[in-house]
Amino acid sequence: MNTLILCVGLGLFCLVAELINIRKLLLPILLVGLGVLFVFTLTTWGTELPPSIWGFSMETMIRFDNFSIAFSALAIFITALVFMLAIDYYKTEENHITDYASILMFTLTGALVLFSYWNMAMLYLGIEIVSISMYIMAGSRKFDTRSNEAGFKYFLMGAFASGFLLMGIAMVYGATGSFVIEEIALYANGGNLSPLFITGLVLILIAFFFKVSAVPFHFWSPDVYEGSPALVTAFMSTLVKITMFGAFYRLLSLAFPGAISEVYTILFIVATLTMSLGNLIAITQVSFKRILAYSGISHAGYMLIAIMAIPVDSSAALFYYTISYAIAGVGIFAAAIPVFFFMNNEKVEAFNGLGKKNPALAFIITILMLSMAGIPPFAGFLAKYYVFSKAVEFNLYAITIIAIINSIIGVYYYFKVILAMYTQEPDGIEVKPTTLYWTVAIACALLVIVIGILPNTLMGLMS
Amino acid sequence: MDQTIAVSQNWYISLSALLFGIGVMGVLIRRNAIVILMCIELMLNSVNLLLVSFSAYSGNNDGQVFVFFIMVVAAAEVAVGLALIMSIYRNLASTDINMLNKLKW
Repeated sequence: MNTLILCVGLGLFCLVAELINIRKLLLPILLVGLGVLFVFTLTTWGTELPPSIWGFSMETMIRFDNFSIAFSALAIFITALVFMLAIDYYKTEENHITDYASILMFTLTGALVLFSYWNMAMLYLGIEIVSISMYIMAGSRKFDTRSNEAGFKYFLMGAFASGFLLMGIAMVYGATGSFVIEEIALYANGGNLSPLFITGLVLILIAFFFKVSAVPFHFWSPDVYEGSPALVTAFMSTLVKITMFGAFYRLLSLAFPGAISEVYTILFIVATLTMSLGNLIAITQVSFKRILAYSGISHAGYMLIAIMAIPVDSSAALFYYTISYAIAGVGIFAAAIPVFFFMNNEKVEAFNGLGKKNPALAFIITILMLSMAGIPPFAGFLAKYYVFSKAVEFNLYAITIIAIINSIIGVYYYFKVILAMYTQEPDGIEVKPTTLYWTVAIACALLVIVIGILPNTLMGLMS
Repeated sequence: MDQTIAVSQNWYISLSALLFGIGVMGVLIRRNAIVILMCIELMLNSVNLLLVSFSAYSGNNDGQVFVFFIMVVAAAEVAVGLALIMSIYRNLASTDINMLNKLKW
C-alpha cells in the first residue's frame, strides 16, 4: 500500500516541481525516488500486510502478494531505466518535462494497481490509468501529424476495448453478484457456469487481447509504435505490455481458474495467430519501430502460452519472460534512439554500417537482438524454454510445436537488422550516444547475459 | 425493492445489448471522430444501464457504485479524446478519420 501511495506522491511532486521551478533537477530526484520505491517494494517481500489507509481496510479492493511485489519491482526498475533515457531525450523540450514525467509516474501507479488488484473496479481503474496516460504520451508531439494520429488511434482502440472490458465485468457481475476476485473464483470453481458468465469472460478476454495486442486485435499497435515519440514507444512496448500481461495472468489465475478450460480454444487460436502473423508480417517491414512492434506482437503470443498453462502455475515462467523481454526492449531502444537521432531516420537502413562506425554500439544491439530472438546463452532463450516447458507439463504439445517453429522464423528478421549493421557500407554520419544512453544500453546487455546465465535465483523467487 | 418489478430483467439485458451493439457498429462504421467518440460513450452507458439493472434486481449495491467509477473515468477519457481530436483538427483541419493515413506498412 505504501508503495502505491509513494508512487502517487512522486507523480504529484512532478506537478509541484513545475511551480517551484526545479525542472533541471526533476529527473535526478525522480530517479532517487524510484530507487527508494524499488528498495521499499522489495522489503515487503513475503510479508503480505493487510492493505489499509488511515485504518480503513482495503482488503476487498487490493492485495499484495509475492506475485504483485515481484512484478511491481520489475515495473519500477523498467521505469527508472526509461527515466534515465528521458534526461537526454527531453533535453530540448524542457518546458514540458514536468508534464511528461508526472504522466509517466502515473502510468507506473496504474501498473502497480494492475499487479495487485483484488476487485474488478481496481482492474478497470488500473487499466484506465495506464491507458489514458499512454494516450496522452503517444500524442505528445502536438505539431507532428504522425504523433497525433498515433495518439488518436491508440485512444480509439483503447476506449473501444474498455467498452468490451466493462461489458464483460458487468455480465460477470450479473452472474456472480460480486466484483471481488475471490467471490468470482468461488462461483467459477463451483461448476455449472451460466452462459452470462461465459459471455462476460469472453468479452473480458477480448479486451485484454486488445490491450496486449494479440492478433486479430493487434492492428493498432504497429501504427501507434511507429507514430509515437521513440521514448514513449520504448515505454509502451515494455512497461505497458508486461503490465497488461501481469494483470491478465492475475485475473485468469485468481478469478477464473475454474473457467479457463471453457475458453481454452479461444486462447489456443489467438496465441497461434498472434505468434504466426506477428512473425510473418515482421519479415516484410522496413521501419525499425514497426519491426519491434510486430516482434512485440509475436512475443505476446509466447506469453499467451504462459497464460494457457495457468493450471500448472506458470507465474515464474511468465515473470522470467517479461523480465527478459522488457530489459532487452529497453536496451534496444537505448541503443536505437541515438541512431534514429543522428541518422534522422527510423528505418532499418539507418543501421547500415553501424558495425564499422560504432562497433561497441552495434555489438550491444546484436546481443539484445539475439536475446529477443531467443538464442542461447542470453535470457530470451531460457525465457522461451521455461514457457515451453510449462506448456509441455500441461500437455499443450500442439501449441508448443507451433511456437518453436515460430521462434525459428523470428530469428530471420532480427538478423535483418544485424546484417544491415555488419554487411552494409557506412555512410559517414557519426553516431555518438551520450553517457546515459551508453549506461542504459550496457546495463541492459549485461543484465540479459547475467539473467541468461544465472536464472535460478529469479526462478526460485516465484516458486 | 419493496414494490414488485413489473418489467422482466431480460428486457434490460436486451436493451443494453442492443445499445452496446449500436455503439460497436457506430465505432466500426462511422468516419467522423466526434461521432465515434459518442458511440464509445453509448457503449459505456449501455454498460451502466446493465450494471444498474443487475444491481436493482439482485439487491446488491456494488453495481451502482461501479457506475460512478465508470462515469468518472469516461469523463476523463473523453477529455483526453477531445484534446487529441483538437490537435488533429489544428493540423489537418478535419475530423474525418480517413485523413489519418500517415502510418502504414
